[in-house]
Amino acid sequence: MAARSWLLLVACLMVAAVAGVAYGSVSVALPDIWRSLMYEQGGDALARAIVRDLRVPRVVLGALVGAGLGMSGAALQGTLRNGLAEPYLLGVSGGAAVGAVLVVVLIGASGATVPIAAFAGAVVAVLTVLAVARAAGGRGDPRLLLMAGVVVGAFANAAIMIALANAPANTVRGATWWMMGSLADADWAQVAWLSVYVAVGGGALLAMARQVDILALGAEPAASLGVEPDAASRRIFLAASLTCAATVAAAGLVGFVGLVVPHLARGAGGRGHRTVIAASALIGATLVIAADLCARLVLRPVELPLGAVTALVGVPFFLLRLRTLA
Amino acid sequence: MIAFEGVRIAYRGAANAAVRDVSFVARRGAMTAIAGPNGAGKSTLVRALLGRVALSAGRILVDGNDRAALDAPAVARRLAVVTQREEPAFPLSVRDYVALGRFPHQTLWRRDVMADARAVGVAIARADVGDLADRRTDTLSGGEWQRVRVARALAQEADAIVLDEPTAFLDVAHEMALFELLHAIAADGHAVLLVSHQLNLVARFADHLVLMHEGVVAAAGSPETVMDGATLERVYAWPLVVTRDPAVGAPTLVPLRGGRRGAS
Repeated sequence: MAARSWLLLVACLMVAAVAGVAYGSVSVALPDIWRSLMYEQGGDALARAIVRDLRVPRVVLGALVGAGLGMSGAALQGTLRNGLAEPYLLGVSGGAAVGAVLVVVLIGASGATVPIAAFAGAVVAVLTVLAVARAAGGRGDPRLLLMAGVVVGAFANAAIMIALANAPANTVRGATWWMMGSLADADWAQVAWLSVYVAVGGGALLAMARQVDILALGAEPAASLGVEPDAASRRIFLAASLTCAATVAAAGLVGFVGLVVPHLARGAGGRGHRTVIAASALIGATLVIAADLCARLVLRPVELPLGAVTALVGVPFFLLRLRTLA
Repeated sequence: MIAFEGVRIAYRGAANAAVRDVSFVARRGAMTAIAGPNGAGKSTLVRALLGRVALSAGRILVDGNDRAALDAPAVARRLAVVTQREEPAFPLSVRDYVALGRFPHQTLWRRDVMADARAVGVAIARADVGDLADRRTDTLSGGEWQRVRVARALAQEADAIVLDEPTAFLDVAHEMALFELLHAIAADGHAVLLVSHQLNLVARFADHLVLMHEGVVAAAGSPETVMDGATLERVYAWPLVVTRDPAVGAPTLVPLRGGRRGAS
């Protein structure tokens, strides 16, 4: 990918980030943003509080969620040799949703318990997918992983419907809202732990990027190049799923990012997966920040569900990309 | 050098072993061909070289080392395989694709950039795909793609190169060009092991021919000795004659019409 393309991606991310901090239910002037970030005294105290405690953590959390989803989507599409693969397809979202819905319905939990339950649910789902694929005799066979993911996801959906069928209306509403994704609860603590997951998970995926290139050739060619296809697929699947699970715990289900972003990264000139994964991090971060900004602005002060807006923002780009492919 | 020693492979759930008692050697500086009817066990042997099926008896030696005792990158540094089918899920440039052949020589922390660039350059030149280097893999014709895959195998700098039916789907000119290339690679000192249905071409190019039939080696030796009319007729279960090619003098198989029905 050309240096100019990288600069453009970074510039887009910067513009989105600044806009994400500046605009919202109240607008903050650029000098006030600067003063707040530099911890300078003076200026509007309210603006300072909004920027430091609400907007910046929200934008950074959005960037981490987008980067994590983009990178896991890119790695999974290559490994599973399928441009339709995305982390949510592999049971992660279903498992996380079951975890979140169960604690909401059963113990009426809210706040910090929900992300923990979501993460636990996602991990259980990922391990179940691996176990199902192994029981089917495929170990790391991409087709079996995909099918096992779809089956676990369907099972999770059924469990959610049963859990919600007789729940009170406000519980259903809370659970549904969580499943639509949101950055509204962003704070620095969330930013801190998600950044660890995304850094470790994304770093692992980047380190395995050459293996993704080789797995994308098929299992037998991969074996001829010194990659053990089953073991490598399993490792990449695990790293991508856990990264994605952490983003789900932080922001609920933010659909479409893991699917569309890797295609945009390839459209920007990414060929090898090291490039595609890194570019997907930048594009994913930009997309989620921009979508969150739209979610806050369009019907302000009412917020739209982030997951729906990412799809609305992502679809036109995706269609453009399809046009260039055809 | 690749040596099969008493190799037996049985697929799970299959009544009979896919191959049994297979022993032969593919030497350096020579082209060894495996031929035989569909289902004779040829591709199973390639799968065993890739570590995709387990041996139930015997062993495979790669450069004198038991394959089972080597880790995957160590095998790939000694043995490059061009599999029967390969389709990148996402297109790459030809140069990047050939560079994937360097993977077994690299670790996460250690990479000899100079050696990698040199090996890729040499492989591209040897396989004569320099004019394709900047093309995308999804724009290549069948013949171009096979040469590019051979270049990738050469970039592995392995002593042995194994190819599973590399000339399937190729026209006469591309088929001849590929056989000439493989012959030249063998002459460079590589052990070239080739699975092929093209017995007449194998007879002209190969130094050693292993004829497989129902999982066992039916005959092995120089093409002159293996290409015997009675043996081939029994193995392929089809009436045929072996004659001499009037132009080049190599043994040539001519299948006759009216087999199966006529024969029975």
